[in-house]
Amino acid sequence: MSSDRETIFSAIRAALDPLPKRTAKPDWPTELVISNPSGTFDSLKAQFADRLAFASGRYYDSVPVLADFLKAEGSILGYCDPTLISLFEGIEGLEIDTDFDDSKINDYTFGITRATAGVAESGTIMLTDTDTSCRLGALAPWIHIAVLNEADIVPHFPAAIERFGDDPSIIFATGPSKTADVEGILIEGVHGPGIQIALVISK
Amino acid sequence: MKTKQQIDRTARDLDPEVHDSNFMGAKLKSERRYNTLFRDYDDPNKLREIAGNVKQHTLEHLDTYLEQAEESFKRNGAQVHYAIDDAAVNAQVLRIMNETGSQTMVKSKSMLTEEVHMLDYLEKNGKTVVETDLGEFILQIDGDHPSHIVTPIVHKNRRGIAKSFEREGLGDYNDDPETITRRARKHLRQKYIDAEVGLTGGNFVSAESGRIVLVTNEGNARFCMAANKIHIAVIGIEKLVPTDRDLGLFINLIGRSGTGQQVTVYNQFISGPKKDSQPHGPEQMHVIFVDNRRTEVLASDCREILRCIRCGACLNVCPIYRQSGGHAYRSVYPGPVGAVLSPLLAGNRFPELADLPKASSLCGACNEVCPVNIPIPDLLLRLRDKAKREGAKEAMKGTPNLGMWATLCSQPTMWKTALSMGHTMNYIPTEMIPHPSAKSWQGARKLPKFEGGEFRKWFKKRAK
Ligand code: SF4
Repeated sequence: MSSDRETIFSAIRAALDPLPKRTAKPDWPTELVISNPSGTFDSLKAQFADRLAFASGRYYDSVPVLADFLKAEGSILGYCDPTLISLFEGIEGLEIDTDFDDSKINDYTFGITRATAGVAESGTIMLTDTDTSCRLGALAPWIHIAVLNEADIVPHFPAAIERFGDDPSIIFATGPSKTADVEGILIEGVHGPGIQIALVISK
Repeated sequence: MKTKQQIDRTARDLDPEVHDSNFMGAKLKSERRYNTLFRDYDDPNKLREIAGNVKQHTLEHLDTYLEQAEESFKRNGAQVHYAIDDAAVNAQVLRIMNETGSQTMVKSKSMLTEEVHMLDYLEKNGKTVVETDLGEFILQIDGDHPSHIVTPIVHKNRRGIAKSFEREGLGDYNDDPETITRRARKHLRQKYIDAEVGLTGGNFVSAESGRIVLVTNEGNARFCMAANKIHIAVIGIEKLVPTDRDLGLFINLIGRSGTGQQVTVYNQFISGPKKDSQPHGPEQMHVIFVDNRRTEVLASDCREILRCIRCGACLNVCPIYRQSGGHAYRSVYPGPVGAVLSPLLAGNRFPELADLPKASSLCGACNEVCPVNIPIPDLLLRLRDKAKREGAKEAMKGTPNLGMWATLCSQPTMWKTALSMGHTMNYIPTEMIPHPSAKSWQGARKLPKFEGGEFRKWFKKRAK
């Protein structure tokens, strides 16, 4: 309500007017928030893989090896972004839809979508509305596979934030969905993926 | 043990099992916090200090930043509303639901909706509301309330939860935490699909870009914005930060401080309705900025508390909270942050909660762990002073009368005389000191021999 707006703004001004001076905006260097590296790595890709594993995510850079993992998990039916399906050409034994069928939301066991970036310092996968072919495909299935270009791995969060642009929905996903609500015991796979995978490709 | 203060009574009467859950949960999170922060940063205190200044700066220019945030959201295609209090925000949400023909809402965790009792209000008005955070869902089916701002059911154990699930028809009794989680996943999955509205809070808002940040682990807030068409974000006006770049400070601090995770699993940055090319997600985004006495706090000498990012670190480290649990604070915000914030947000009901600022030993641990460096002990003292000045009865309970002491302290001659008489205390049995506070103190301890009174003599004689 516009009257609530006016009341709130005038209350804020009335509260701030008597202040003798106001705190200036601190200028902080980007290095301040960059975390200590957990080891020495010869590439951002290697650091990303290490941190992803630390966050209980899984790292793959080979499609056949990933396909074997899916089959071993009994994960056969899934969804894939139509622009990524060519990666799985020639792979036998998987049943992949490129059109997300809402009625199969609980039948899809994996979802393959594009990642916009990866963050090496934390093993984080950055998803955006622009690059994610469908939000539910990246969220509802037990296994989410984010396909990440090696060149899109950035060193730290500030570098990922610089890439935000005007996308309306950006998600930093670090490992599988989890909870420790029940007696502090860690359980993976609450509402989102129970297994978070990054498939890193070099184009 | 006889005790007059409500919080002490609750702590005394707490079920030992609940006490242990609270205590162990808090201790574990505190240790994890320390390990993660000091592993990942050489000087985490520098981060806390700067993050605190960023928030303090924003609060002290809140009119400018709020206006900027409003413009940014509108530019992004979101609708912006304002609500002065609980009644206003509840009415706004109901109106949006009615205008969009919505019957069912799925919601993610928001302390603000607890503060304004939104769930009860919407249900009284015929709407269906489903809490989707696992802990909040369990509280909802139990008709219970959170006892911690980050881990809301830390006071419950698996056996109680298993009984609740059985009662609600979610399967036979099974107290395995994994089974409990899978059952909730299945049950709530259908709720997301059926609901028209997803409601979230917002941990931070970037004024520059009009982005809300949602920090979660379970993925429920993502679902609240994937399976339905309307997104409502209910946000306290104190959540603003100037720029997207500043968010880098806060997402690095909140997870490490609260649960000791290097970063929470999901950090979502939402700035408007979904893209046209995107098949799923909200077509409308409504942002409701809520005051609910925050401007009163801003006008008070405790405005620093508005920096709070609700990480829960001060609860976990607090020796009082660890003993009493969250419900003992009789309000939505427990622990040290609650001891400051709850009485302030109570408005003219301040006297009823005026004892909370006394639920502290002023050890200072809360300030030390706070990611935005809030001087909580100072604020507690200011509120004790306020309670005293306003003669709040609740705050006086169990406090010995210190009038005599105060007179003594303010009269140098009397003080000197009293000191010179100090040695007589070594000859009279101390149980005979007639003051009630001295009596109860003596109940459990022995007063050491008085050896004072020499300092002044020494000071006078010492060579200059
Ligand atoms: S007061 Fe500080 S430590 Fe306590 S919840 Fe708020 S931000 Fe965290």
